[in-house]
Amino acid sequence: MIVADKKPIEEIIDYVKDHQNILVLGCNECVTVCEVGGKKEVGLLASALRMHFLQQGREVNVGERTLERQCDHEYLEEIRDIIDRYEAVVSIACGVGVQFTAEKYLSLPVYPGVNTLFMGANEARGVWSERCQGCGQCLLAYSGGICPVSRCAKRILNGPCGGSSGGKCEISKEVPCGWQLIIDRLKALGRMDDYEKIAPIKNWSTDRAGGPRKVVREDLKL
Amino acid sequence: MRLGYPSSIRIIRVPCTGKVDALHILRSFEKGADGVYLVGCREGDCHFNQGNFRAKARVEQMQKLLEAIGIGGQRLQMYNLSSSDGPMFARFAEEMHQRILDAGPSPIRTGLKKIRETRKDQDRSIQAAL
Repeated sequence: MIVADKKPIEEIIDYVKDHQNILVLGCNECVTVCEVGGKKEVGLLASALRMHFLQQGREVNVGERTLERQCDHEYLEEIRDIIDRYEAVVSIACGVGVQFTAEKYLSLPVYPGVNTLFMGANEARGVWSERCQGCGQCLLAYSGGICPVSRCAKRILNGPCGGSSGGKCEISKEVPCGWQLIIDRLKALGRMDDYEKIAPIKNWSTDRAGGPRKVVREDLKL
Repeated sequence: MRLGYPSSIRIIRVPCTGKVDALHILRSFEKGADGVYLVGCREGDCHFNQGNFRAKARVEQMQKLLEAIGIGGQRLQMYNLSSSDGPMFARFAEEMHQRILDAGPSPIRTGLKKIRETRKDQDRSIQAAL
């Protein structure tokens, strides 16, 4: 899922301080699972904003709404009948949701209420870590199911660099060396032959290097 | 025992402090509470193992938020005691009562008062104009 983290409330207050009617818009998908942008967080942020303005002697109308998704037209359409009541939207969906809301409701300023980080997994309660960078050309079949692009700080494709020490990466003692993980896994699978294969130069044009990406599925288009 | 504690305190019973959500705390302040405190079992004594620790983490998180939005983190506290420790309960109530007396009324109530006064002034000017 897409993992996001809380944005400091001071930053959000600064975005909306001049507005009188604000909609806090949550999303029921990834940001709900990583407990940063779901219905509950909408309630918390809206309450905090109301209290901030109240203690300044300002009664600001802060509405609350959580959509099934903010990255689909049909769900974003659900707020069309209420959107005129607001002057600004604070979207606590990922960056995709913020942008899609802004695209749909052109006349309204849409502010981000979270910092979107990465595609990751829920390692433990309250812990999320990166697993995929969406490079557009998946290598997991050859690397024992562990991604050298997202798990290695240098995104190198043919074994660890000299910074790998005791199974840890040189950038931090907390970060496991991605290639150590790959080797351990390949050993466990009895597939060390895969490690010996030299990976060719990766075509990074399917990654961000090729500019904004798009998928068009002719079989699904209407 | 018949111990007294300040009448300013309203008790909301919950099965465990772990049940107290961050949203419950914020709503209390939003509705005009000058202070909120949680009284949980002693650390390590939770019947549900983690309940009071989770409450503690939420309280710490909400203290930061209350501080950031100008309400004041000291208005929210968490205390731990044994469920049979009446004198300690009364002592914590006194302590919290004093803390709030020192901090003064919630800035939300002051803000609401300001809003009401502005409205009254506006009404008066409208009446005068008519």
